[in-house]
Amino acid sequence: MKTGAHRNHPHYWAFVLHRVSGLLLALFLPVHFYVLGLAIEGAATLDGFLDWSSTPLAKLGETALVILLAAHLTGGLRLMALEFLGTRESSKTAVAVATGIAICTGMAFALNGT
Amino acid sequence: MPGAQIETKLWVWQRLSAAVLGVCVFVHLGMIIYAVQGGLNAAEIITRVSGNFLWFVFYAVFILAVAVHAPIGVRTILNEMTPLSPKATHLVMAVLCLVILVMGFRAVIGLYQAGAGL
Amino acid sequence: MSNTIKVSVWRGAKDGEYQTFDVPRQPSQTVLDVITYIQRHIDPTLSYRFACRVGVCGSCAMTVNGRPRWTCRTHVDKVATDGTLTVAPLRNLEVVKDLACDMTTFFEKMNRAEGKFHPTKTRDDDFAFIKPDDKKRKQAAAGIECIGCGVCYAACDIVDWNKDYLGPAALNRAWTLVNDERDGGNEIRLAAVAGDAGCHACHSQQGCVEHCPKHLSPTHAITGLKRETAKAAIKGLLGGGD
Repeated sequence: MKTGAHRNHPHYWAFVLHRVSGLLLALFLPVHFYVLGLAIEGAATLDGFLDWSSTPLAKLGETALVILLAAHLTGGLRLMALEFLGTRESSKTAVAVATGIAICTGMAFALNGT
Repeated sequence: MPGAQIETKLWVWQRLSAAVLGVCVFVHLGMIIYAVQGGLNAAEIITRVSGNFLWFVFYAVFILAVAVHAPIGVRTILNEMTPLSPKATHLVMAVLCLVILVMGFRAVIGLYQAGAGL
Repeated sequence: MSNTIKVSVWRGAKDGEYQTFDVPRQPSQTVLDVITYIQRHIDPTLSYRFACRVGVCGSCAMTVNGRPRWTCRTHVDKVATDGTLTVAPLRNLEVVKDLACDMTTFFEKMNRAEGKFHPTKTRDDDFAFIKPDDKKRKQAAAGIECIGCGVCYAACDIVDWNKDYLGPAALNRAWTLVNDERDGGNEIRLAAVAGDAGCHACHSQQGCVEHCPKHLSPTHAITGLKRETAKAAIKGLLGGGD
């Protein structure tokens, strides 16, 4: 029995992405602020951390975060357009465009940092 | 419907903070992509931000907006996906808001003043 | 292509199981034809609903291969691509027996969303003159064709996750009345549709839009309600809050 077949459409996946990215970003925030707060202890401490974060694995994680942030932003813009501008048929295209922009942003980040 | 006023107001605040974050995140992402060229180091970050009032104001606004936006979102997720009561999720939301404000401003103020320690 | 289809049909109520039947294929066959064949020629104890058979009443709505649809408007050729079919009652509604659901909650929620007209005029007053290109009239017209079939309600994830959620059809109906110049019940109505069991629970997944057989957009109606309730809340008109 195909359960969930009724969920297999773009707007559902957009919702999942928006929710997951939002949650992961919310969990990441305290970590982000903690790291930046290391600057208070002096540049050396922050640099110590930044060296660790220049490993390929860390770079991958950072790229993922950038994609999540861009995805949450573009997904949010699509949602606000729907709620305030009442876009209709075009909104499926909006999902595709939003995802595309998010991935491109992540790629720009990854390529720039290498 | 009970809670109508509160839910509606939270929705409004969520959308308002989202609009502010739309701008902030766009600037932030743009800057990250630009700044990450050739690697990242503390001195570079601190040079850019410390003593720079404009960046300070930008990040202060950013933190205020996130402190509104993220907790409301987390509250919704908790309400829909966990057995926590509305009172409990409301509390979690308030605590999260406080955490973001405290940690966020600690970081921003720290970076703003960090120039002196270099 | 074989000349029979294997059809798994839900039997029982909340507890039950799928029973499989072999049904002969016919040209231009609909899923309703298949169910009718089973009941008439194989198992007379199968319970299901239909009325018009031609896609105007919405009574034959069921879950076909996981998706809510009107069975009289679903061609077997389009859905039984591998020669099999699974038919179940609509999701999110209590099953009475086999393929028939209890629609009581669905209609109760229409009431709870204040989906009823509050008249402001008497028989001695003149007609309300509303131009065809009036913005509110067009907004109401976009949602007025709903026949209460329950497909959107069955497709909605929020209805699944939140038992109190009013649902797309009830909120769509409320929106058509919010836009009705002749109606006088908006203060009660906006308070009724706001909240975590109302329009604010919708996350615009648009399962309703995806499945509505009349191509309506309850999501649109719900975003409209979000805007109107926001305006009302800012003016302090919502009341009944915590």
